Amino acid sequence: MITLGNDVILASDILNVVLLVLMLITALSLIFLRNLFAIIMMSGIFSLTAAVLYVVWDSVDVSFTEASVGAGISTVLMLATLALTAPEEKRIRQRHWASLAVVTVTGALLGYATIDMPRYGDPEAPVNKHVAPRYIYESGKEVGPPNMVTSTLAAYRGYDTLGETTVIFTAAAGVITIIGAARRRRRTSADVSKVREV
Amino acid sequence: MFAAAAAGVLVAMALALTRACLGPSVFDRILAVNSFSTLTILLIAIHGFLTERPEFLDICLVYALINFISTIAVTKYIENRGFGPAPKEEEPGEV
Repeated sequence: MITLGNDVILASDILNVVLLVLMLITALSLIFLRNLFAIIMMSGIFSLTAAVLYVVWDSVDVSFTEASVGAGISTVLMLATLALTAPEEKRIRQRHWASLAVVTVTGALLGYATIDMPRYGDPEAPVNKHVAPRYIYESGKEVGPPNMVTSTLAAYRGYDTLGETTVIFTAAAGVITIIGAARRRRRTSADVSKVREV
Repeated sequence: MFAAAAAGVLVAMALALTRACLGPSVFDRILAVNSFSTLTILLIAIHGFLTERPEFLDICLVYALINFISTIAVTKYIENRGFGPAPKEEEPGEV
């Protein structure tokens, strides 16, 4: 167990606040910018900031996913989509105040609900009392691998992982079909015109 | 010492973010995102040493690779307004 000094905890708190403020600024600029290329770049910055925050919060695996999917693949996919559309977002004249009210109320309710949640890392919290002790004490005997996360994902939650993989595969297949279809059409029409020239 | 370094990196991140927001040209934005991502890597490394757990330093290497690949993808897009004419190189899954 590593014990941290008070000054290190203070530094981590300041880091959290500054990074969250940076994320807020990025999110606001995402709303107000109209150039789609700039929006894609800003969403990359948003994911990178989120990735640092996940490292600060000790969930390195989530951070890993965020950086590779959020900042890596989805930037590339959005650029590939941008090549098929206009460079500027359509300007919206009408403001939907009712939607803003609904979103604000829902956000406030969710924020209110977090007051009832147990403290972060509380050993007495229900989530740490239910099945977690069994995973910690029995997974070595019941499943085998020395890593608890591996045995949880591959054995205790095997069907869940299979479902997740299916969803991700379907989504990837759909995206590649949509992006590839437009390009294939363009290429075939180019081929046809070439044949006509001959 | 590491706290001062972290503060410096955060200030630099704010400056890069401002440049990415204001633009005005495409190249400003690409460079801003690229340097923001380098600063991200630095901040993760500094945070590891700040909390006396530098085990996660390896992540920085992977982030550096992702940064490199996405910058290449963006510049390739800017060059051809798409992912290139050659059929083999244009699959997004490859990137």
